[in-house]
Amino acid sequence: MTATPVWVQLVYLACAVCFILALKGLSGPRTARTGNLVGAGAAVVACAVPFFYLDLDHVVPILVAIAVGTVAGAVGARRVQMTQMPQMVALFNGVGGGAAALVALLELRELLPGAGHADASWFILVATAFTIFVGSVSFAGSVVTFAKLQGLMTSAPVVFPGLAVVFGAGLVGGVGLSTQLVLSPAMWVGIVLGLVGLVFGVLLVLPVGGADVPIVISLLNAFTGLTVAAGGYVLDNVVLLVAGTLVGASGTFLTLLMARAMGRSVANILFGALKGGSTLGGGEVSDRPVKSAGPEDVAIMLGYADRVIIVPGYGLAVAQAQHTLRELVDVLSERGAQVDYAIHPVAGRMPGHMNVLLAEAQVPYEQLKEMDDINGDFKDADVVLVVGANDVVNPAAKTTPGAPIYGMPILNADEAKQVVFMKRSMRPGFAGIENELLFEDNTTLLFGDAKDSMSKLLNAVKAL
Amino acid sequence: MNDAVVWLTIFVLSVFVGIEVISKVSSTLHTPLMSGANAIHGIILLGAILVTGTSDNAVAVTVGLVAVVLAAINMVGGFVVTDRMLQMFTRRRKPAKEVAR
Repeated sequence: MTATPVWVQLVYLACAVCFILALKGLSGPRTARTGNLVGAGAAVVACAVPFFYLDLDHVVPILVAIAVGTVAGAVGARRVQMTQMPQMVALFNGVGGGAAALVALLELRELLPGAGHADASWFILVATAFTIFVGSVSFAGSVVTFAKLQGLMTSAPVVFPGLAVVFGAGLVGGVGLSTQLVLSPAMWVGIVLGLVGLVFGVLLVLPVGGADVPIVISLLNAFTGLTVAAGGYVLDNVVLLVAGTLVGASGTFLTLLMARAMGRSVANILFGALKGGSTLGGGEVSDRPVKSAGPEDVAIMLGYADRVIIVPGYGLAVAQAQHTLRELVDVLSERGAQVDYAIHPVAGRMPGHMNVLLAEAQVPYEQLKEMDDINGDFKDADVVLVVGANDVVNPAAKTTPGAPIYGMPILNADEAKQVVFMKRSMRPGFAGIENELLFEDNTTLLFGDAKDSMSKLLNAVKAL
Repeated sequence: MNDAVVWLTIFVLSVFVGIEVISKVSSTLHTPLMSGANAIHGIILLGAILVTGTSDNAVAVTVGLVAVVLAAINMVGGFVVTDRMLQMFTRRRKPAKEVAR
């Protein structure tokens, strides 16, 4: 490749800085939106630059392809419901990984001996192999993740006899082919490496249970980042290197934060099912006696309580009941109760997902309390209203070693004077294990669709 | 300095910046942050444009164009969905004050 002009390098430097500022902005509530726009602007500028300094071929088809991708991406992003956002992010991540793998394959063509360039260094070839393999893993893994979350396939861990062996074979194959690619570069090795990566990506995600899928999304996101970084090295492009590395590093860090919030190690999440011990419980429906009540009874409990804590879960958003819930909280506040929402770090499908869903319903930011801030308040709460959540208040996380969620920090709803669960059925939560709290004396269950029950409850409270 | 070492230096420093820059994020913003980071690696679009624009072989150009489409979906979709999420965080501020008391 000919030397890049200085002004281009300077523009790339500015874009790299903008990506750092974008991530910085995204980590504060007030600056987040600006940060995102800064990142988007830098990305557009960086992608426009080559059209101005290089004599590119196929400019029209490229512009058409960009337009197609832009429309597909923008329409997908506009249409998606907020509850389905995690799988959308997974999909966007997957196509990015796939693109990186394809770019590396094409670049491999240029690196082959006799392609008119000096022989590529082994270091470049390692980066190329890495990009092809990990990019493919990220693509296939993200597609399976999408299928699991979208309900196109079971969200339970899929394990078959010999999976561990096939898995190991895939890994050995990936490393072996990469070595082969470095020692004697050939196009077919790169293509087979990509195919093995696809199979390996599927195998990586299949045994992961539904509740753990967000961790995998975050991990694959970091993978794609590193892939892009390696691609940047191969292409001799500093923006790709910096942007990819930033995402790889922050994504890995975020994955560890999320795993810690669930009290699990990343290795356990990925390979727990391979070792034989399932990551999920049986998911049987229990027939033990519980105390259930109608909306009117619950309305009285709530209407005369001084301190109410709401524990929202994914079920709330699925039922689209968050607007009605906000109205209920407004009415309770007017009646003089102090009401807060207790947000578990992994409520929803991803950390912070619940905050997005409640923000959509215009719940005031000040009422959203993070777990560590509110866990001391539960013992003073008159009523805890658990809506569409289960695992995040399951005391088994504290009391039952061996439970899949053991060790996960939970919301101390069990310390409250009264607990009300709004549930559709007695089916266990996402982790598939029974919740002892449901059978406690001070627990009341309000069965029914969350939206329906919530409107009845709202009317009953208004009628008090 | 050896060329590869320069790249390695940039890589290592970027790792530290990447971790440092998000280390203070509250869990409230984890999802938009993940989504925004996801959009940023859509910059592979730049790489896809570069390889496609310098290819001469029909198969290679076709593969390159597929990569361009995929990368554009990643980049544009990622930034748009992140903005949609964050819009909700900001829009809520005004009504919040009225309801709070």
